[in-house]
Amino acid sequence: MTVEILVCVKRVPDTSENEIELNRAGNDIERDDLVYSINEWDNYAVEEAIQIVEKNGGNVTVATVGSEDDEEVLRRELAMGANHSVLISDDAFEGSDRAGVASLLKAFVQKNKFDLIMTGAQAEDGAAEVGGMLAAMLDYPFASLVDSIDVMDNGKLIVSREIEGGNKEMNEMSLPCVLSIQTGINEPRYVGMRGIRQVASVEIPTLGVAELGIEASTVGKSAAKVQRTDYFVPALGKGAEILGGSREEIIARVIELVKAKGGLK
Amino acid sequence: MAVNTYSPGQATYWFLQGQVLFSIITLLGIACFSYILAKRLVPLLHGAPDPRFDRPSTRIAKSLKFWLAQWKQPRFMFAGILHIVIFLGFLALSFRSLSLVLMGISDRLVVQGFAGNVGEFYSMVKDYAATLVFVAAAIAAIRRGIFKPARYAVPEKYGKDHTAEAIFVLGLIALLLLSESVFDASGVVLHARQGQGAEALAPLTLAWMFSKALVSCPHSLLVNLHLGTFLIHELTFFAFLCFLPLGKHFHVVTSIFNVYFAKLDRGTVKPVRWDVANLDEVKSFGVKKFEDFTWKHMLDFYSCADCGRCSDNCPSNAVGRPLSPRFLSIKARNYSFEHYPVFGSAKESQPLIGGIYSEDEIWSCTTCGACEEECPLMVDYIDKIVDLRRGMIDAGNVPQSMQKPLKALESRGNPYGKMEKKKADWTKDKEFQETCKVKILDGKQRADTLYFVDSITSYDDRIQAIGRATARILDYVGEDFGILGAAEKDSGHDVRRFGEETLYMELRDHNVEAIKASGVTRIVTSDPHAFNALKNDYKDVPPVEHISQLIARQVKVGNIALNPVENPDAVYTYHDPCYLGRHNQVYDEPRNVLDAIPGMKRVEMDRSRDHSFCCGGGGLMLFYEPTEDQRMGVKRVQMAAAAGANVIVTACPFCMVNMEDAIKVAGMEGKMTAIDLTELVDKQMVRRNPEFYVSSRTEKTKQCVVIR
Repeated sequence: MTVEILVCVKRVPDTSENEIELNRAGNDIERDDLVYSINEWDNYAVEEAIQIVEKNGGNVTVATVGSEDDEEVLRRELAMGANHSVLISDDAFEGSDRAGVASLLKAFVQKNKFDLIMTGAQAEDGAAEVGGMLAAMLDYPFASLVDSIDVMDNGKLIVSREIEGGNKEMNEMSLPCVLSIQTGINEPRYVGMRGIRQVASVEIPTLGVAELGIEASTVGKSAAKVQRTDYFVPALGKGAEILGGSREEIIARVIELVKAKGGLK
Repeated sequence: MAVNTYSPGQATYWFLQGQVLFSIITLLGIACFSYILAKRLVPLLHGAPDPRFDRPSTRIAKSLKFWLAQWKQPRFMFAGILHIVIFLGFLALSFRSLSLVLMGISDRLVVQGFAGNVGEFYSMVKDYAATLVFVAAAIAAIRRGIFKPARYAVPEKYGKDHTAEAIFVLGLIALLLLSESVFDASGVVLHARQGQGAEALAPLTLAWMFSKALVSCPHSLLVNLHLGTFLIHELTFFAFLCFLPLGKHFHVVTSIFNVYFAKLDRGTVKPVRWDVANLDEVKSFGVKKFEDFTWKHMLDFYSCADCGRCSDNCPSNAVGRPLSPRFLSIKARNYSFEHYPVFGSAKESQPLIGGIYSEDEIWSCTTCGACEEECPLMVDYIDKIVDLRRGMIDAGNVPQSMQKPLKALESRGNPYGKMEKKKADWTKDKEFQETCKVKILDGKQRADTLYFVDSITSYDDRIQAIGRATARILDYVGEDFGILGAAEKDSGHDVRRFGEETLYMELRDHNVEAIKASGVTRIVTSDPHAFNALKNDYKDVPPVEHISQLIARQVKVGNIALNPVENPDAVYTYHDPCYLGRHNQVYDEPRNVLDAIPGMKRVEMDRSRDHSFCCGGGGLMLFYEPTEDQRMGVKRVQMAAAAGANVIVTACPFCMVNMEDAIKVAGMEGKMTAIDLTELVDKQMVRRNPEFYVSSRTEKTKQCVVIR
């Protein structure tokens, strides 16, 4: 059976390539020198979607809620092998809280026909909320932290979920449904500059208030029920110690500490 | 020459006249050989273009050296000499074989102008050649069949043993020589009996021995022997000829072409496509299927003699990585023979990765070039590996451990994902800054010389010391130099060799522009990978030098005086970095610098200079997680210890990382140390101001966490 899949993705500051610092106002991080990339979990979700479609047929659509800058991650996923992409963007959407983002995605889903909706388990700068909320708003079944998906001939899915402590839970689910994807579910393929260049001229449709047919007052800053009030790096608590000295000294000290706590016998 | 009354052409074989029989054999033999050759040419015609028809004089000179003079053979002395004997013997005998074939068709076709002294001289030469080749073939057969050097073994995963084929061919050679010699000897005896005056046979040759043995042979038997051995020679000759293109002995035919069309430019990597300038027009990158190889690379596969010298020298093979260059060729040849069969039509093309090659096999190569240095037939390996990697990159098939560094190179211009603005932080060490100021050529400041630092020296805490040592040396010799700082991106040397051509081109274009904007007239680098990129990969940048070349020159003219070695027990050995040595032929300069230090005790490792053994690879190879039994670096430090050294001097930041890691892994801390040539020179330089000397000595690395 063919599967129409929507993957909701997000562009985030790349934690491995940035030194995250607070801005002077203290309400956000300093964004001037940041480089961005696709949220790692989302990348696994797109890879999984592409693999499902390669096996079963269908289409992969990637969508993000954001601004023009976010097109770069959509292009990257198109280069990876996604068939379509949409940018959900409107001035009216700015300042939406996570429920607002979920309701925008819901509006998009309802205008289309998707069998399967995937999100990353969480975003590097997020709270792992949108996937669950989207499922609830759509009244779709939901599984989080999914680390394998099998599409059965009868149109059902067998998904496994990672349980704390390394256990696995197998679930049978019917479509349509929403899954949040854990890293490690696959090995995402590499996307190089060449691939991105090849999709550089692909038109990415932008959907705003009119296209989604939603009430502007239900999203955006004014509708947000959650507001960020502060953002800070916690002060070093007691028990945190930055080790100094040469590499050998640091290693020796680490071993000593671990031994002292009974971690090494 | 006497008229041969026992001419095979005139004789009757069963019901056929010799002439007719031999004409048929010759025609069939040539037809068969031509047919097989034509079939073998088919894949080459499907291969990618490869312009190898330029610089004929260089190519002829190379052919004379490496083909005719068999230049690389003595690198493996015993096998090499055997091969030279067989090769030169074959050349000498080919004329004789040809004239015998012609003689069978018509007596009158016996080559004219070969009478008299020239003919006698040739006759003597070919008799000795035949005898020597026979002896060499016999020794070779004993060697392969009984002593079985490990080099020729075929691991199970690579297929069946090749000994049978080797022995079979040696047998054919022996049969060819024996039949020719008996034919000759019997002819001489027959002539002598007729009183026609015997031609003198060269003493102690096979023919001479047979002629002695046949003196009392009954006449009819002698005639039958004479005619019979001619037939055997004829059949063996054509059987041998037609057998050549069916296996590894194809090199007998292809070697001269393979050497003539060999790659001429060291240190370079072939472009993605030779025939397309704008890469956006190329639909598929790299080699994914057999037909994506260039015709020359296919010819390489045909030409591989299966001698195993490449794999014997391959560091990946030595540490148990799943790569053996020999089998890259053999497997491709088997593929070609199977998919382009002698009989029947070509079979459908199969993907190479996941077929004859595995991903790990292709990622395992450090591009050190040991295989290419060794190959007597000048087979290319690095270009093929890079082409196969390009294919994998294009298909998105990249090990997870390398995706992050590649992404970081794309967004930050270095594999560590460090901020651009921190690129010059290595110059900001307080003690260093007090004694040595490094200009940043950002448009406000200018300099004659650019020190191209590259990523690892800029960002790795340990390796930054090499950068500071280099800067102090440049400063000491009065060089007006500076660095690009944030404007310098990774040279892309290993990005290219890992097959990410598009990313490499971005990095190159950025750097070329930054270098041009800086207005420098020359470039120095302490990183052989950057050196090779700037010198051989980039185009239109000012002349580039490795720091060891600059130091050697300055030592020679007396601008750098060196203090004696302090530790009387220190025994030094120099490890040749692949991209300084093999790829760029800088072997002597670093050694000259070392030898200029008074009291220097220096030993050579067995594997030095162009035999050097790779430390484990640089650039992106630091991020690759290979399956291996042992680290290359560990093997290398053990080699240094075996040579009696306790200090390894190298001249490459990546060698330093690998050596220092290996010393720890091998448990040789305290017994072995590694030092970069620049660090050693910096330490030994006679400072004009003694205080300066003291202050620079106290530099110590603070928190030394190597970024990897």
